Amino acid sequence: MGLKRNVGLMEGLRYQGKGPMLTYILHRIGGLGIVLFVALHILASFLSNQAWGTSAGIFINAIYEHWLFQIFIFFCALFHAINGLRIVILDLWPVLIEYQREAIWLEWFVFLPIYGIALIVIIRGGLGG
Amino acid sequence: MKTNPRTAPQRGFHFDYLMWLFTRLSALAMYLLAIAAILAALLMSARQNMTVADLMRWAFMPNPNHVANTNIPDIEAWKGIFWQVMGILMLFFAGAHGLHGLLNVLEDYISRTWVRNFLRGLVLLVWVFMSAIGIYVILTS
Repeated sequence: MGLKRNVGLMEGLRYQGKGPMLTYILHRIGGLGIVLFVALHILASFLSNQAWGTSAGIFINAIYEHWLFQIFIFFCALFHAINGLRIVILDLWPVLIEYQREAIWLEWFVFLPIYGIALIVIIRGGLGG
Repeated sequence: MKTNPRTAPQRGFHFDYLMWLFTRLSALAMYLLAIAAILAALLMSARQNMTVADLMRWAFMPNPNHVANTNIPDIEAWKGIFWQVMGILMLFFAGAHGLHGLLNVLEDYISRTWVRNFLRGLVLLVWVFMSAIGIYVILTS
C-alpha cells in the first residue's frame, strides 16, 4: 500500500497532540503490554503443566510475578480498560464526541486514585511489606 | 519502490468494519464477563476469604488456580463446566481483541503489501495456537 507519510520519528515525537494524543499512545502501549503479559501467562501455565516444561514455566512465571513487572502491567491493564470504555462509549454514541475533552479528564480522575492506591500496595509488597 | 494507490474504503459491512465493531463489542463483553465473575465471587464468600488482588485475578480469568492460594474453604464451586465456559469466552474475546489490536499497531508502521499479508497470516496462526493451549490449560485445571 502506498502509505507514505514523510514524518520521521523525532518529528513524530514532537507532535503536540496534547490529551487525546497521550491517551492514544498510552492505549497502544497498554494494549501491547497486555498482549505480552497474557501470552507469557498462557505459555507459562501450559508449560508448568508439562513434565518437560516445568522449569521453563517457573522461569516465565518469575518474570511477570516480579513487582516491577506488576507496576507496569497494572498500569497497562487499568489504563487500557478505562480508556477503552471511553472509546467504546464515544464510538457507539457518536453524539457524545463533543464531550471528548471532559471524558478524558473524567478518565484521569478515575484512573489516578485507583492506580495510586495499587502502586502503594505493590511497592510495599515489593519492598517486603 | 512501486506503490499501489490505496483503495477507497468500501461502504457497508466488510472485514475491517466488522473487526472495528468487534473490538468495541468484545471490550464490552469482557467488562460484562469480569463483572459477572466478581459478583459471583462475592456471592461465593469472596468478601471474607479473598483479597482485592485475588478477586481481580479471578475476574480477568475465572480459573480455579486463581483461588487456590486464598482462604476459600471449599474450592469445588469455583470449578466446573460453567466457569470453564466463562474462561473460554474470556479467552476468545481477549485473544481476538488483543491480537487484532497488535495487527492494527503493526500495520500502522508497515507499508509493503507482502509483509502485511505475511503478518496477517502469522497473527492468525499465533491466535489459533495460543487459543488452543489456553483452552487446554482451562480444561485441565
